[in-house]
Amino acid sequence: MYVAVKGGERAIENAHAWLAEERRGDVTIAELDVAQIREQLSLAVNRVMAEGSLYDPDLAALAIKQARGDLIEAIFLIRAYRTTLPRFGASAPVDTGAMACDRRISATFKDLPGGQILGPTFDYTHRLLDFKLAAEGDVPEAPSREAQTGDVPHVTGFLNREGLIEEAPQDDTPPPDLTREPLEMPADRALRLQALTRADEGFTLGLAYSTQRGYARNHAFVGELRIGKVPVEMDIPELGFAVEIGEVTLTECETVNQFKGSKTEPPQFTRGYGLVFGQAERKAISMALVDRALRWEELGEDNLGAPAQDAEFVLYHADNIQATGFLEHIKLPHYVDFQSELELVRKLRNAAGTGQVQEAAE
Amino acid sequence: MKDTLDTENPRKAWMSLMALAPEGRVASLLASVGAPPTFTWLRVPEIGSTMVRGRAGATGAPFNLGELTVTRCALTLDTGEVGHAYIQGRRKADAEAAAVVDALMQTKLADTLQEAVLDPLISEMAERKAARAAKAAATKVDFFTMTRGED
Repeated sequence: MYVAVKGGERAIENAHAWLAEERRGDVTIAELDVAQIREQLSLAVNRVMAEGSLYDPDLAALAIKQARGDLIEAIFLIRAYRTTLPRFGASAPVDTGAMACDRRISATFKDLPGGQILGPTFDYTHRLLDFKLAAEGDVPEAPSREAQTGDVPHVTGFLNREGLIEEAPQDDTPPPDLTREPLEMPADRALRLQALTRADEGFTLGLAYSTQRGYARNHAFVGELRIGKVPVEMDIPELGFAVEIGEVTLTECETVNQFKGSKTEPPQFTRGYGLVFGQAERKAISMALVDRALRWEELGEDNLGAPAQDAEFVLYHADNIQATGFLEHIKLPHYVDFQSELELVRKLRNAAGTGQVQEAAE
Repeated sequence: MKDTLDTENPRKAWMSLMALAPEGRVASLLASVGAPPTFTWLRVPEIGSTMVRGRAGATGAPFNLGELTVTRCALTLDTGEVGHAYIQGRRKADAEAAAVVDALMQTKLADTLQEAVLDPLISEMAERKAARAAKAAATKVDFFTMTRGED
């Protein structure tokens, strides 16, 4: 039941004013600007872009500042802004084979064309706090070496040549869009991938981890992980040809999974796929594992009843804005709802006899 | 992505180049050529989005990855040429400069603009890409086998 009440305006205004003051913090400390957040907290910016489902580093940085560093609140701001934008069109599918790779590693092949490129990674750091960062100082320029030219081929291409891995044949079916049509089951892979790429990183990580621990285990290897820029090309109707309208940094993970074969498929390696805005490899690997788990039906595998195999469970709970919206609304006034519950409990107790209540109280 | 201009469709190539230019760069290079031409708007700069798509398994069926902010505009020079711009981000001034260059590239000034605006953009983009690729190359692992002490 909903009843409109008034009276909180001044309290709300004052709360917002205090929020602004607390956001600014101690005024004797220099204020952060949006460009500093964009450049120096870039992985937070990437997460807000990926889960906010809008690639715009400046806006994501602004949202992080406004949200006082609460990334889900920042994602909420980006999602809200996104809905105000007119949609000019859709891009041609990006060609990750033509990615200018900052990082490209394979856990399955040591020597592979293009090599193992570590890129700006936290891997192999000692995870010891670096107190030098607490002091100001210039960072020396990173070393350079002559680079190979040409595209870096995908690892799965080598396995494809031997027929040992399932193929991903090109298909140009226009994909469904959950930002336009409500998510409905059964969800095809294109819809699942869209939901997963914008899904909460923590939720996706937890589900992916559950598959590694044995809930629908699918023995994933990281066939390839690559991070870098790809151009975005869109058809311009008024011109009659496509132009590159920009470029985005993406993280792509292809897993190679053990597969004994099923009623419909021969023994071969199968694949899981993760593709995420920005440098976000934990998310991309998680996405690939969950994608692979959700493919049980099309690969003719058994449903083991694992959470990561349940598309409805995964997709309806993966969106942190939906989840937090419903979760946090219960803190808002429910006075009338609660009043009716109170009445009900009182009635039940009266019906059961008040004597017992007295005993319990004593 | 190509480092040089696409010779088959030069217009596509220069529009793409300007879309990837850093903020303010096209306008500052254009200003070096002289006073901007007068034009009328066909479509005033407008901010919107493009849905970026990927492919499952990199090569399979397309899926929606997320949106990208885009600014677009179109204009007509007083001499009749029409210029268009579609560029990443929320950058109305940059879109205007790119559309002006697009229109001027269809006039007798094309060679001048090629030299003053597009050529610097091409070399700057190549430099940015090469610097990043060289840093990535420096992190490439050179495996070597340790001597085995069996003999």
